Amino acid sequence: MTPPLLRMTGVSKRFGGAKALDDVHLDLRAGEVHALMGENGAGKSTLMKILSGVYTPDAGTIEINGQVTTIQNPRDALAQGIAIIHQELNTVPEMTIAENLSLGHEPTRHGVLDRKEMRRSAREKLDRIGVDISVDVPLGRLSVGMQQLVEIARAVAENAKILVLDEPTASLSQNEAERLFTLVDEMRARGMALAYISHRMEEVWRLSDRITVLRDGKWVSTTAREDVTPAQVVNHMVGRDVNNLYVHENRSAGEVVLAVSELGNGRDVGPMNLEVRAGEVVSLVGLVGAGRTELARMIFGADRAKSGQVSIDGTPISVRSPRDAIRHRIGLLPESRKEQALFLDMSIRDNTVMSSMDNYGTGGILNLRAIRDAVEREVAALRVRSTSISQNVSGLSGGNQQKVVLSRWILVQPKVLILDEPTRGVDIGAKQEIYRIINDLTLQGMAILMISSDLPEALGISDRVLVVRNGLIAKEISRAEATEQNVMMYATGVAADEHRIKEERTETPIAGEKKR
Amino acid sequence: MTLTEKTDLKPLRSPKRESGVDVASLWDRYGILAVLLLLVALMSVIAPNFLSVNNGLNVARAVSINAILAAGMTLVILTGGIDLSVGSVVALTGVSSVLLWTAGAPAIVAVVGGMLVGAITGLINGTLVAYLGLPSFIITLGALTYIRGFSYSLTDAQPLIASDLGYRGLGNGAVAGIPTPVVIMLLVYVILWFVLERTSFGRHIYAIGGNREAARLAGIKVKWTLVRVYLIMGVCAGLAGVIFSARVESGQPKAGEGYELDAIAAVVLGGTALAGGRGRIYGTLVGALIIGVLSNGLVLMNVPFFYQLIVKGAVIVLAVGIDGLKNLKRT
Repeated sequence: MTPPLLRMTGVSKRFGGAKALDDVHLDLRAGEVHALMGENGAGKSTLMKILSGVYTPDAGTIEINGQVTTIQNPRDALAQGIAIIHQELNTVPEMTIAENLSLGHEPTRHGVLDRKEMRRSAREKLDRIGVDISVDVPLGRLSVGMQQLVEIARAVAENAKILVLDEPTASLSQNEAERLFTLVDEMRARGMALAYISHRMEEVWRLSDRITVLRDGKWVSTTAREDVTPAQVVNHMVGRDVNNLYVHENRSAGEVVLAVSELGNGRDVGPMNLEVRAGEVVSLVGLVGAGRTELARMIFGADRAKSGQVSIDGTPISVRSPRDAIRHRIGLLPESRKEQALFLDMSIRDNTVMSSMDNYGTGGILNLRAIRDAVEREVAALRVRSTSISQNVSGLSGGNQQKVVLSRWILVQPKVLILDEPTRGVDIGAKQEIYRIINDLTLQGMAILMISSDLPEALGISDRVLVVRNGLIAKEISRAEATEQNVMMYATGVAADEHRIKEERTETPIAGEKKR
Repeated sequence: MTLTEKTDLKPLRSPKRESGVDVASLWDRYGILAVLLLLVALMSVIAPNFLSVNNGLNVARAVSINAILAAGMTLVILTGGIDLSVGSVVALTGVSSVLLWTAGAPAIVAVVGGMLVGAITGLINGTLVAYLGLPSFIITLGALTYIRGFSYSLTDAQPLIASDLGYRGLGNGAVAGIPTPVVIMLLVYVILWFVLERTSFGRHIYAIGGNREAARLAGIKVKWTLVRVYLIMGVCAGLAGVIFSARVESGQPKAGEGYELDAIAAVVLGGTALAGGRGRIYGTLVGALIIGVLSNGLVLMNVPFFYQLIVKGAVIVLAVGIDGLKNLKRT
């Protein structure tokens, strides 16, 4: 029997006192897609960084085609035919595609940069993976998905035999993801071995041949996909049963708290109408780029609205800045917590109290004792795992960071809390805790407007969903009627609005009749 | 399909925070103090007459003006900005105070007037930086030049000698045996430490420097906070200018040239990140003291001036270099 293309055995790695990897093994066969799953911190990325030479292992061996080999640095990895597409892309956004693709080995003629050759070889590389964009476009102008394809083109051109994809669809739209999946299938057919890290069960099921699960830095299982169920894989990941992942309990909707009418930015988003009642969760679902985040940011005053009106408790309000919104007790948990919410060099205490400092002290002088009590209470209630509230948030896991941002808003005591992708990049245990927190907030009478690209999640915890398409609300669907199928029908425009006529209350313009 | 091991679930813990890292955070917090103590010990051995109360007070007096500038500069740098105009402000405010005094104003009016001039320069800088969104480097580089121009034009570029200067005690006096500038310096540090650590304004400064967009989305008045930071910088520079004029008992239009660089050096030596959001004001004081002790020791050892410059510059590059390496490891 031929040895696998790659075999890693007994791999261990320590960082300081903590074991990031402990006796892990993994093998990749030619022509397979091997999914690597586990909660955040389980060791997937560390293992892949060892494979690609970013880290060197403390123990363990790596064999390629049965030959023991050492990988000391990324250059070694490339020489062995191993390429990795990172979550953060290693490209220069200001340079064109052609320039990026020849970075480090630019073609020259008589010592002068040969632009013609550079463009020709770039064209060839893109053609090999069937991407038909101009090579003269600066990379930064492309969507993240396109940039990723360019990275893959580079890897394929370098004759990579082993390709690692680290959460490749994390920021892709549906269309871009589809394109990526096709490409993955092609690369598999070509005999490459692909290691595929993802949190999304759906795509793992669609793509993978085998699944390896890691937990707490240890190998848990490797199975052929057809021998397991998604529920079993999740059980392996968390080490316990996660039935009833989504929490939707004891809800009862009250009065309308947030009313948005004809809100739009005058360009590609809106005008949109919606209402959220006290004690209910309403989700905006739809494709990435449909205008959901833009709508949320306009309600919160982060971006200016060109038209429309926001009302709280029936009273029209004017929101020109996030500060105005907070004064009217509207909160927004933004989609990207590191870029838009967290102060990574500051403590849990400061991050938590940042929006409600005025309530703790007089004349700007802080009452540290009151702050400590309040923050410790919230941190305990939300079960943020930390050593103390003076710990920096940079050392927390994604889920705990997200809980810190949530606790910031809870201290503001908003009437309306907008949650933009509240569980993105959060492991499954923390996800469930966040659903629990959201449910508790509704029981306190908060009105929750959520944006989620995780459809099962949106359907699982919402009372209603609003399907957004091309900057307009295409359809409102109640919890009882919402299924992934009918939501996607409206989100993609397969179904138009023959039902809309029945909804006499919402004067939603027809999807596709977008104004420019 | 088997589970090879059954670990009971421990609370999720980030791998970074384990034993051993405490040393790093201790070093992060007190490393700069250790460097100062080491330097003092070294100088005590090799520099004649270094270790004495008198010389200690001399050093403190000598660093006080730079330390006061550096205190305000710490706030500016924490927001991710920089103020290159402070040296010129030292000259303009000193000149203004002396002018007020020679025009017959009481000492207190002369002092407050000088500080007010400093406040106005800060207000202008802050407003331009915050509301026009222009880089502080450019705005204050311009201010460095035009403020210097004002101090020349007010004096025809000639020093204003005022031998009977009513507030000269601010520069040359002492309170309970401690030189007055040193007392003022300590007061400035205590106040600004309090502002940074115990007020919402102070926490907002760190937040803005750490993540400006997140600060805005958290409801912080970003622009108004920036204006106030540059205003405080201006007041500190005004204070430094008044003390300077008191010490030399004259208004010197050429005063303060290059002071902005010494102040920035003290801030950076003290561990505050130029990118903003990270640092401590106590570190700045220690940083200013390191520069002061170094100069003083070199003088006592009779090291020629040119070589003093070389040593001072090298120490700054070294300190910042070590800090840079530390940050490289963090990421």
